[in-house]
Amino acid sequence: MMDYSHVLSSVVTGLKPSGIRRFFDLAAEMDDVISLGVGEPDFKTPYAIRRAGIESLEKGYTFYTANAGLMELRQEISTYLHRRFGVDYQPKTEILITVGGSEAIDGCIRALVEPGDEVLIPEPCFVCYDPLTRMAGGVPVAIPTKAENAFRLTADELRAAITPKTKLLILPYPNNPTGAVMRRRHLEEIAQVLRGTNIMVLSDEIYGELTYEEPHVSFASIEGMQERTILVSGFSKAYAMTGWRLGYAAGPAPIIQQMTKIHQFAIMSAPTTAQYAAVKALKPECDEEIERMAVEYNMRRGLIVDSLNRMGLSCFDPQGAFYVFPSIQSTGLSSEEFCERLLRSQKVAVVPGSAFGASGEGFVRISYSYSVDHLVEALKRIERFLQELKAQ
Amino acid sequence: MDTLLIALENNARLSNRQLAAMLGKTEEEVEAAIEAYEREGVILGYKTLINWDKTDRDLCHARIELKVIPQSGHGFDEIANQLMQYDQVETVYLMSGAYDLALTVRGKSFKDVALFVSQCLAPIDAVQSTSTHFVLKKYKERGKSVIEKEIDTREVTGL
Repeated sequence: MMDYSHVLSSVVTGLKPSGIRRFFDLAAEMDDVISLGVGEPDFKTPYAIRRAGIESLEKGYTFYTANAGLMELRQEISTYLHRRFGVDYQPKTEILITVGGSEAIDGCIRALVEPGDEVLIPEPCFVCYDPLTRMAGGVPVAIPTKAENAFRLTADELRAAITPKTKLLILPYPNNPTGAVMRRRHLEEIAQVLRGTNIMVLSDEIYGELTYEEPHVSFASIEGMQERTILVSGFSKAYAMTGWRLGYAAGPAPIIQQMTKIHQFAIMSAPTTAQYAAVKALKPECDEEIERMAVEYNMRRGLIVDSLNRMGLSCFDPQGAFYVFPSIQSTGLSSEEFCERLLRSQKVAVVPGSAFGASGEGFVRISYSYSVDHLVEALKRIERFLQELKAQ
Repeated sequence: MDTLLIALENNARLSNRQLAAMLGKTEEEVEAAIEAYEREGVILGYKTLINWDKTDRDLCHARIELKVIPQSGHGFDEIANQLMQYDQVETVYLMSGAYDLALTVRGKSFKDVALFVSQCLAPIDAVQSTSTHFVLKKYKERGKSVIEKEIDTREVTGL
């Protein structure tokens, strides 16, 4: 009998599984559970975009594309990045189409990080940066962000975390799970710390189009930052295209060139059908539907923040993505306890903040990628749960 | 366009408090805006989408295309006005194209609707011809799927 513990890589077996799954496995065993846990849009991909994918299949476009992606799509992305964020990238040398934003993150870390290099990761954050850094032999260094700073990375926090070994800073804003955003003035402060260093920045802007009140500012657009920034984004969130698995990285040519090498060996090229659909997604004719989704998210955001605050779960105003991150400290429960009891008592599934890093303890992540009717019902149940707790 | 109207169009049962939160307004502002819309006739009413097929009520719908002779001085308005007086008539639209007025009519049965057309609509002087199309099955009604409950097919990811 094979002893698999001896054949598996210790780097991989040493990775902690995502803390999100456990709750869903629990929820899956129960009936009538209302979930507020999913981290993807509830909208279907707009039909014009789906149609473009279907048409590409009908025309028989079933071959690999160029390793870096369809030239037409890279061109559209370049135009889009200029139009939306005022940043300029050469389609030929500075843009790589990837399998979701996730592959771009992986490729970027692998292209930059050498064993022992430190990667700065503001937490709470999306769960992939830490394990991907470890797999590249790097050392993840968490920077806990604070609710009183609206979960933004501050210049002081960054400065305190930098060592001679610091290679890369991850800037995950708009943020999953907190909904925090970095406005221009906050990014300027970060840029000021980085000027004169060799520290690179992976700016994960996948939620950029889902920014409320003021438009998103790309870190690459801050003076002098483009040369050290790899901008990662994709189609999953703003265009409701999660299942198509399509993202991209834009950055300095020498880095994109090496990332393309990794991509070429590991992936070959991103799915062709998805790339044709994405070309359509970036055309102005789709703007209206994209805007409609953003307006809908914004209304839900208002509803859920107000309702949570009113029932005593204090919630800072999240200005990006589709998550709220209320504090549950007033209940005296840990994040995990809160989620488990809420699930068992009222059958509502939310995700413990601790799944996104130690600094997420005392918070839960609630997704509003659900219809208003669904949210209203879930909020009613959460309120009942809180009253139950008080009565105990 | 006011997002208040979009929110209400999707769900008219939201409270003013909820609407205010969704729109970043105060409850008073929402209340005043709704009142103004009602007064101006922008908001015509609040109805519920009901799938009567799932109840014991017998209901039959038809679309009826009418060719009519417009009245001098009134155009199509007078005849349209006359037609909309019937309780059986749910919608009256003036159309471009091969016919003039499109009606949605409801009755208890095919026969009921057929009688309405032959006894009430066809004899009207201004009506030149009628063409009745019965609804066999409804798939989507005012943006909602009638045939199946929308299910959330999103699977769990570690995200």
